Amino acid sequence: MKRKVKNIIIHVILAILAVIWLFPIFWVVMTSFRKESGVNINYFFPKELTFDNYTRLFTDTQVINFPRMFVNTLIISIFSCIIATTFVLCTSYCMSRLRFKMRKPFMNLAMILGLFPAFMSMVAVYFILKLAGLTEGGLIRVALVLVYSAGAGAGFYIAKGFFDTVPKSLTEAAILDGCTQFQVFYKIICPLSKPIIVYTILTSFLGPWLDFIFVKVIVGAKDEYWTVSVGLYNMLEREFIQKWYTSWAAGAVLVSIPIAILFLIMQRFYVDGMSGAVKG
Amino acid sequence: MKVAKQKSDFATPFTVKNAITKGDLFTKLSGIIMGLGNFKNGQFEKSLIYFAIEIGYIMFMIKNGFYYLKMLPTLGTRKAAEVWNEQKQVYEYVQGDNSVLLLLYGVVTIAVTLVFIYFLCDSLKSAYKVQYYKEKNWKIKSFKEDVEDLFDSNLHKLLMFLPFSGILIFTILPLLFMIAMAFTNYSDIGDHLILFDWVGLKNFKTVLGLGGKIGQTFWPVLGWTLIWAFFATFLNFFLGMILAIVINRKETKGKAFWRFCFVISIAIPQFVSLLVMRTLLQRDGAINTLLLNAGLIKTALPFWTNATWARVTVILVNCWVGIPYTMLQVTGILQNVPAELYEAAKIDGANPIQIYFKITLPYIMFIMGPYLITQFTGNINNFNVIYLLSGGAPVEVGKTAGKTDLLVTWLYKLTIDYKYYNLGAVIGILTFIILSIVALVTYRNTASYKDEEGFQ
Repeated sequence: MKRKVKNIIIHVILAILAVIWLFPIFWVVMTSFRKESGVNINYFFPKELTFDNYTRLFTDTQVINFPRMFVNTLIISIFSCIIATTFVLCTSYCMSRLRFKMRKPFMNLAMILGLFPAFMSMVAVYFILKLAGLTEGGLIRVALVLVYSAGAGAGFYIAKGFFDTVPKSLTEAAILDGCTQFQVFYKIICPLSKPIIVYTILTSFLGPWLDFIFVKVIVGAKDEYWTVSVGLYNMLEREFIQKWYTSWAAGAVLVSIPIAILFLIMQRFYVDGMSGAVKG
Repeated sequence: MKVAKQKSDFATPFTVKNAITKGDLFTKLSGIIMGLGNFKNGQFEKSLIYFAIEIGYIMFMIKNGFYYLKMLPTLGTRKAAEVWNEQKQVYEYVQGDNSVLLLLYGVVTIAVTLVFIYFLCDSLKSAYKVQYYKEKNWKIKSFKEDVEDLFDSNLHKLLMFLPFSGILIFTILPLLFMIAMAFTNYSDIGDHLILFDWVGLKNFKTVLGLGGKIGQTFWPVLGWTLIWAFFATFLNFFLGMILAIVINRKETKGKAFWRFCFVISIAIPQFVSLLVMRTLLQRDGAINTLLLNAGLIKTALPFWTNATWARVTVILVNCWVGIPYTMLQVTGILQNVPAELYEAAKIDGANPIQIYFKITLPYIMFIMGPYLITQFTGNINNFNVIYLLSGGAPVEVGKTAGKTDLLVTWLYKLTIDYKYYNLGAVIGILTFIILSIVALVTYRNTASYKDEEGFQ
């Protein structure tokens, strides 16, 4: 009996917590379907439901061009994903399998660099991009791709840990059979590392969707190059918020759904990756 | 010990020292005319590459480099002005110096020079190597074989070249540039945005000293940053762990459902969930309105307007963000605790509380120790939560930082909003120093650091 009461209490507590955790999400979804505009309303369920907020995002593109922001982010994230994944895999392989003089110093350097606040160098990165002439016109997209991917090589820890789990005997056998180190990399390590490669691809793909501060500094007010996150952030600025709040919620839902799906897939591959390359 | 061993692993006779002392004339001259030694011994392609690098560097230095180095000590002095041109009888606009650009170019020139010196040493080593091979009558590698080596024994050079260049240009170079900035008066104060000078350690005094406005802001912000990082890390950790254990109990029904409820909140991008939170918690936001309508409170709760309220709110909202993460990780660990441990404890007659403190907790700590440290350092640098949620509010009149501002968000405000670039850089450096102390001290005290090898 006592046990039963305890169980019920625990389930009730879990339910309350779940409501707290899901409340903001429900709120956005509710708002996105709400017909009445405005930010602050004194009731939870909308009086009238509508799809207009969604259609408005794609039709009313005069002030805030949501489709363009979406395409911008997509282009930037695809390119930076390709570059960043290549960089991460290359450095992880070198750190894990090859032995050379600069290996240890490089690993220490990567750790030290990780301790500096990322924004500290943001202004300097902006000046460097400006020197290279990448802060005007369509080249801004190139600049953003570089910002998201160029330094990716320092984030090799997770993939390196994974490569470390590939048994040495496997690669040694391949080298005895006459494989070069490069062939070991793409014929043995890469095929065995699917979970961690997918994980790396997804994290680097999500980067540009989640970050907004670099875009804010580099792109500034040139709204034709805004990415989704900056666009949504700006919709909540004082001059837009009253008119755009419900559409903001619609945009947030539209962006969150694919990101959430990718994130959940990524989690699964991350767990797979943590359990090692070759299972017993 | 370890360092000595490390070095001997990669020791070769082909060092710069040996090249200079034991090399023949051509080898020695390779230090002046790069690639000469390789050229003499038949490695034409390689010598051409070296020579091209040298020519390129010299051209750069003559054209721009020397000028930038010369300007580095003063960072430019000429103001933009209109000068009377006697011949043309007109005022001509003369462009002045731009200290930021001069500083950046100076740092770039130094970096280019260091890279060049690396190649210079490499040329000496390579020349000595080919001479050494010739003396021993070993086969000298052809260019084709050298290229093939890039895919095998020298693979790291091929694979690391681009990633390392990226890190060099987009991480290290900007960082050096910003560190240099900390020693100048590049700031909106006193109109030093175009022309500025070196000022030594003055900015550090300004930030650390209690005299001025900035110093009076720095210490409270630092204190709050540490308090925040402590609570944000440990509250998340313990509450997340309890949640994971509760969900993982045998008696709990619908484990997957509960987990999904919590995980879904981290799958939503932060700029969405945090911005929602911000609007929900406004003075006339939904939470206040709903509570007022329900008659639970008489006046609106001052979530962002009262310092203590705001601080507690950001910590609690951060729990909302962080607990699911810990829950996910601890769940994974709990499922991996070796079952023998529990059985042995039960046979020895341990009760559930003893089992928890003697087995479960130490096991979790062993694996989560390093994670906690990265969480702590990550929270010190947790820009998103504060910036999106409170934006540092409430801000006292005349202060550059608000009551919930962390060092990083203050850094952002100082550089982007106020244009006090030098002070921003100083705060970045101080943050780095604090982080490295935390990281160094704690890493060495975690079980997984002390016992790293034994665990593998």
